[in-house]
Order: sequence, then structure tokens, then C-alpha cells
Amino acid sequence: MASHTQALSRDPELLRVEQLSVRFGGIVALNKVNFTVQPGTITALIGPNGAGKTTAFNCITGFYKAHEGAIWLRDRDGQPQDMVQLQKGYFGGTHRVARAGIARTFQNIRLFSEMSVLENLLVAQHQLLNRNIISGIFQLPRFRASEAGALETARYWLKEVDLESSANLLAGSLPYGSQRRLEIARAMCTKPRLICLDEPAAGLNPRETEELAKLIQKLRGTHQVTVMVIEHDMSLVMGISDHVVVLNYGEVIASGPPDAVQKDPKVLSAYLGTEDEG
Amino acid sequence: MYVLGQQLVNGLVLGATYGLIAVGYTMVYGIIGMINFAHGDVYMLSAYLTAIALAVLSYWGLHSPWLLIVISLLFAMALTSLIGVVIERLAYRPLRKANRLAPLISAIGVSLILQNYVQLSQGARNQGVPTLIDGAFRFGNEQHFFQVTYNQLLIVVVAFFSMLGLNLLVSYTALGRACRATQQDREMAQILGIPADRVIAAVFAMGAAMAAVAGVLITLNYGSFDFSIGFVTGIKAFTAAVLGGIGSLPGAMLGGILLGLAESLFSGFVNSDYKDVFAFALLVSILIFRPSGLLGKPVVEKV
Repeated sequence: MASHTQALSRDPELLRVEQLSVRFGGIVALNKVNFTVQPGTITALIGPNGAGKTTAFNCITGFYKAHEGAIWLRDRDGQPQDMVQLQKGYFGGTHRVARAGIARTFQNIRLFSEMSVLENLLVAQHQLLNRNIISGIFQLPRFRASEAGALETARYWLKEVDLESSANLLAGSLPYGSQRRLEIARAMCTKPRLICLDEPAAGLNPRETEELAKLIQKLRGTHQVTVMVIEHDMSLVMGISDHVVVLNYGEVIASGPPDAVQKDPKVLSAYLGTEDEG
Repeated sequence: MYVLGQQLVNGLVLGATYGLIAVGYTMVYGIIGMINFAHGDVYMLSAYLTAIALAVLSYWGLHSPWLLIVISLLFAMALTSLIGVVIERLAYRPLRKANRLAPLISAIGVSLILQNYVQLSQGARNQGVPTLIDGAFRFGNEQHFFQVTYNQLLIVVVAFFSMLGLNLLVSYTALGRACRATQQDREMAQILGIPADRVIAAVFAMGAAMAAVAGVLITLNYGSFDFSIGFVTGIKAFTAAVLGGIGSLPGAMLGGILLGLAESLFSGFVNSDYKDVFAFALLVSILIFRPSGLLGKPVVEKV
């Protein structure tokens, strides 16, 4: 493990996934997966259905516990920290991964549908807020100051995703496209350094997809967040990503810049099948 | 007329205490989907804690009734919250991923443990506390009147402010927001950095503290209690929570008041021996005709 740590400190990457394996009963969902994510890039994770893309996301964001391997995220001081270890122990858990700076959205939208749009953004800032119960009940100045800051962040993100006029609606009552954007805004409210978007374009029309591409580029450009994205829309993937990792049957079969990956014979055969396979 | 007035007063007082206890059932159900059958016994413990606090304080020479009430209230709330959290940690959390029946049975086990422990350590006999506040407001003439004792007034006032405080906590604090988020989607809440286990522990603490408020107030009003009072009162409060719609906080409060009034009017005008039968018959009919309660939402199976 010491050698890995050294290796990581030489290279500038933000995230390094090492020998990650996950099994469900007898099925191997991920088999010794390795890849890295450079800071300030948009990295796409692609592959046919059932390749293990979402499973990889689930491990990175602390949703599943990996059976083997490590997921190193460089912390704010540049020290690598293992996300797999963060989930263990008495004070461990998924929430520690979020606090380390990883946020995510889901393929099937998971907003708090019975809370208002604004509250969805406020609750995401829980870890950053004044949580004193007494000052909350009596609305003391320091609680209000902390809430005012949170409200400002929330309003800022509402504006960024163009939902200002819906602030007080129930999140569940928003149209589908708006829910997708709200989920991204909510993830950003946790002030992440790495945001993982699981099929953000699913169910969007071409115009909405175009806006989404701009938003994702803005996250990386203006907000300096590293982006990982799972996506089936190949024109979107090839258009915005700097680096592409291709998974098939739980293994990484190719990785590199989009145009190189597109030409890779292993990728082509995974997507289209090869003639001599039959 | 005066009987009606008296029964309405009694019903309101009884209902306020049911509401306080029902809150604990409904919040725990809302957040982890289990019925905490040990909750009634947490209420029972708070009666003993009141007696202990009062005994120790008067041994130390404290005799101001208001001070006694406030200190024993705080003492009972603090200790029962702690007990609530410990119960959750030891008996429910390890079963979080188990079959739905497992924590239910564990809860019944905790309930029996608490009852038997108190019976063994404190004796099976009735215990009592002295009357701290005497007197009443009377309405009517010498022969026909109904009264509101100062104790009853205290119960309604304290219950009102406790409920108000709890509502403010759930609606306007960061913890309350985290509770509501965890209730809707625990995994998502964790992914956003909310420590769901601690939020669940906090919910148990809040529920237990509200039961303690009820326990202290009822003990001061009736003056006597034993190790088994948690059972019937607990089931009644559960009925109140179901009546209001389990999982709904305002529902628990409304359900408590309605059940208290119904029970007290029934015992005043029909038959006081059958008041428990009436309350439970009510529970059965709610479950048959309106299982989601007055303010609850029909359960939608998540896919």
C-alpha cells in the first residue's frame, strides 16, 4: 500500500481506482478495475448495458462497499485518502465520502420530492451548516447567518440551472428536465471536488441535451469541479469529454482520449460484436 | 352540561399526553418504518425518573414546586433521550437490514426487559409522588360545576409548547431538514453528506424526550404509577398515531387529542369500565376503514 501511495503522490490525478472488485453472489460485476481521473477534466465512463458502469459509480460514491481494491481521492491538502476505508468503522459511512468531496446524481432521479426545490438545495449543505438545535429553534443570529449563507448558495445554483422561478415548488412537481437540472444543482451544493453524473441526458430531448452539455462544461470551467459522467449518448460523450474509460463485463477494455477510444478495435467489437465471434 | 364540560377538559388533558407519546411512534415509523413497541416503556421509565428526581431534590432541601417540576422535567427528558438512543443502537440498528419483523420482535423484547427490570429493581408495588400543585379553576355554582385543576392546565400548556418546539425543530432547523430528507430517501441523504445513523438516533432521542414530558406531567397529575403503566398507555398512543396517520407529525398530535376526547366522552356518557375497549375498537375500525389515518398518505409501494 505504501508503494501505491507514493505512486499517487508523484502523479497529479484526483482519483485513482485500484484493483476494484465487486461481486453480487456469483456474478462478478467489477473485476480488478483500474483507472484514474485527472483534476479539472471531464472523464466519461462508457460501455454496453451491464458493463458495471453504475456499479463503479456506486463504489466511488460510497453507495456500495467494494470487496477488494482501493479508491484514492486526493484530499484538499493533496494527500490521497481511501474512500473504501472511509466507510468502515463506527464513525464511517457513506456520508464521509460526500464530506471528502464526492457528489453524484442518479440515473433514476432521486430528489426529495416532498420537499421544496429550495429545501432540496439547503439539505445538501447540511454538512456545512450550523447544526445547533437550540439556535435553530430560536432562530438565533448565528443560525440565521449560517442559513443566509446556505440560501445564497442555493439561490446561486437555482440561477445557474435556470430554476429561480420554481424555488418554492415541491421538487416532485417539476417537469422531468427540470428535475434533472435540480439534481445536478443539489449535488453541487455539497461543494464537491468530483461530481459523478449517472446518465444525465437520459430522457432529455436534443435541445435539453445541448443545454446539459453546456452546463457540464460550465461545471468544469467556471466551477472548477472535476466531472465523471456515465452516458449512452455518444455524441454528447465524444463532444465534451477529455478522457474516456470503456468498461465491458466488469473490466476496463480501453481508456484514452475520445477519438483514440472510438477507433479502438476492442471497443468496436464490444459495442457492435465482431464477425469472427459467432 | 357540566358533565360534558368536565369530560371535554379531561379529554383534552388526556389527549395532550397521548399526543406527546404518539409523536415518538410516528417519527420512528416515519424514519425507519418500524413500530417501536418499547416506546410505552420509555414513558414508564420517565415516571420513575420523575420520582427519583423529586426524592433527591427534596432530600437536598429544594421545595419550590416550579423548580422541582422544571428540574425533574429536564432530568427525565435527558435520561430518557439517552435511553432511547441506547435502545436504538443495541436493539434496532443491528437489525436495520433484516426482515421487517425482526426489529418488531426486538422491540417487544426491549419492552419486556424494561418492565421486568423496573419490576425487579423498584418493586411491583404502586409507587407515588407527592402533589406539588394543588387547586383548580371552577366554573359553575356550588352544586353543579366543572373544574380545571392547575395540574391539568400545566399539562396542556407544557404539552402545547413541547409540540410547538418539536414542530419548529423539524420545520426550521438543519437537523429537522436532515430528518425529513432521511425519512424520504435515507441513501440519498447519506450521499449528500448527512450522517443518517446519527439522524435516526436523534429521532429516537426526540421521541423519547416527548414521552418523558408526558411521563413527568402524568405522574405529577395522578401521583401514582407502577412498572406496567407503559403498556396500555403506549398502545393507546400508538392508536392515536394510527388515527392521525402514522408517519405524520401533526397527525399524531391531532390523533392524540381526538382519541383523548373520544375516550373521555365515552367514559363520561356511556361506560367508564369499557373505555379501553372503546379505544381499541376505534383502532380496529381505523385499520379497517381508513388505514392511512386522518392526515396520512396512502402507502405507495416503492419500485
